Amino acid sequence: MPDLRRAEPVLPGSSSGSRAGLAVPSGETAVMASPPDPRPRRRRSGAVVSRQERIAGPLFVSPFFLVFAAFGLFPVVFTLWVSLHDWSLLGDRTWVGLDNYRALVEDDHFWNALTNTLGIFVLATVPQLLMALGLAALLNEKIRARTFWRMGVLLPNITSVAAVGIIFTLLFARDFGLVNWTLGHVGVDPIGWQDHRWSSWLAISIMVDWRWTGYNALIFLAALQAVPRDIYEAAEIDGANAWRQFWSITVPLLRPTILFVVLVSTIGGIQLFTEPLLFNSGANAITGGTTRQFQTLTMYLYEKAFTGLEFGYASTIAWVMFLVIAVVGLVNALLVRRLRSVD
Amino acid sequence: MAASRFRIRPAVVMLAVVTAVSAFPLYFMVVMASRPNEDITSVPPPLWPGDRLMDNVDRVLGNPDVTFEQALVNSVVVSLVCTVSVVFFSCLAGFAFAKLRFVGRQPLLAFVLITMMVPVQLGMIPLYMLMSKLHLAGQLPAVMLPFLVSAFGVFLMRQYVVQSVPDELLEAARLDGASIFRTFWYVVMPILRPGAAVLALLTFMERWNDFLWPYLVLDVEHPTVQVALSRLAGGYYTDQALIMAGTLLGVVPLLLVFLLFGRQIVGGILEGGLKS
Repeated sequence: MPDLRRAEPVLPGSSSGSRAGLAVPSGETAVMASPPDPRPRRRRSGAVVSRQERIAGPLFVSPFFLVFAAFGLFPVVFTLWVSLHDWSLLGDRTWVGLDNYRALVEDDHFWNALTNTLGIFVLATVPQLLMALGLAALLNEKIRARTFWRMGVLLPNITSVAAVGIIFTLLFARDFGLVNWTLGHVGVDPIGWQDHRWSSWLAISIMVDWRWTGYNALIFLAALQAVPRDIYEAAEIDGANAWRQFWSITVPLLRPTILFVVLVSTIGGIQLFTEPLLFNSGANAITGGTTRQFQTLTMYLYEKAFTGLEFGYASTIAWVMFLVIAVVGLVNALLVRRLRSVD
Repeated sequence: MAASRFRIRPAVVMLAVVTAVSAFPLYFMVVMASRPNEDITSVPPPLWPGDRLMDNVDRVLGNPDVTFEQALVNSVVVSLVCTVSVVFFSCLAGFAFAKLRFVGRQPLLAFVLITMMVPVQLGMIPLYMLMSKLHLAGQLPAVMLPFLVSAFGVFLMRQYVVQSVPDELLEAARLDGASIFRTFWYVVMPILRPGAAVLALLTFMERWNDFLWPYLVLDVEHPTVQVALSRLAGGYYTDQALIMAGTLLGVVPLLLVFLLFGRQIVGGILEGGLKS
């Protein structure tokens, strides 16, 4: 690409011929560098650069970029600016520099929310990915009624997060809930699922996994279908059992997809909000239990912004969440990279 | 073949178990929504639907505190407007990225891809301030505006155009003297219909189910279904039959869509998985 850019002004006449044999991406560099030429020029691809096209391209993509700039990019960047102020709902603001960040480091509620978020994330994500991989392998078998099974595993993902939170909160009810009733049969005393850190984390993780395992299984299935079957046949001839085939062939080949799913799960998991919010009814739902035992970072952000009306401080939490997502994402990427050394 | 039949069975049994686990909470919702509220405390918990479904649904719809009927209408409006907008602008931009040459095309496309990985939800505080400034906070346009376009949609449609729109066709349209927009509308769009339908389904579901932003920005008079649900379950009611009937109303529209178009939705997710 850089070579082309340099070559272009020198050879304007022959440009279309020389470019035709090259990869498509060179197109826009060429238009940018070559002198205005009223005649439409043909590409091997059949596309034509005319004046109309030069205008139509930017025009057609502009709605996306305009809306995204106003309602996506601007708010995200502006969060940084707000986080450097004491900023009230009405817009009164005082510059405080990094004070909000200093306060955050000493804020026990913040560390508590961070612990809860990461705890629930690990507790939910690790089993979820393993189950999704296994489920994908099952769905990849030669079975009848494929569409039916695929729809079956996707069913929870169609259900709204709010509905998931409400239904599971009823299932996990202490006195008459189905979960405690079932556990009662094996001699477990009724558990107040909201009351303890471990039990609330577990219940919320189950909600997350119920909604997302099937979806991720389908993502894995898409990758599995691209793996040629004869690799497995060869492994079978060599005497590798199903488990060994799974770890030595399937997992390494699926590594890019695993990485993708892990990153998407990280972005979603660190922002967990609805399930824990609805797990706790009452006016103080946003605190995630009486001792904040399941308040996540997004819940704390929300509490600070819209109950405490401290927009500056809440924005600080938002930016730190960015960092957390980036760091956790990076660590996960490194972990996934190490998967290769398993075999 | 006989040997393979024996190997298949465990997989089917396990899939049946997984499907049962997937379906059970929804079934339980139907059971609770169709019984009187007293049944909630019965031991063992009821596992068969009762005959009070319509009663409970009526009580939800007639509920004076939560304007549930309005919420259903609002959700339909928000989801439809966003879906039409996302599909149209994604096809338009996808077509431009796939077939038109213009300044900055590659960097812009890379930018679209990067934005898919940025958690834009975290910009919600300035977004709220922005909506306040525009005097839209509390109102439906506040939940529609940020979701009129989608980076995922643009990327998906770009891939679809690359795969399914032959250059010869565009060339022929050009020789016939059609403008680029006419070519897009009359030649490209009909080819994109299956891909656009999948994008429409995924977008509609996402908007219908969205929670955090609507919960944050909408006021009591303009809830979507999910926000109304959270209010219903928010502790002011202990009537679980009522809450479950409301939840059922919030889930059923998508279940119907899923029953009708499940094959396309599954196909769309598999496609999306391959693209990743």
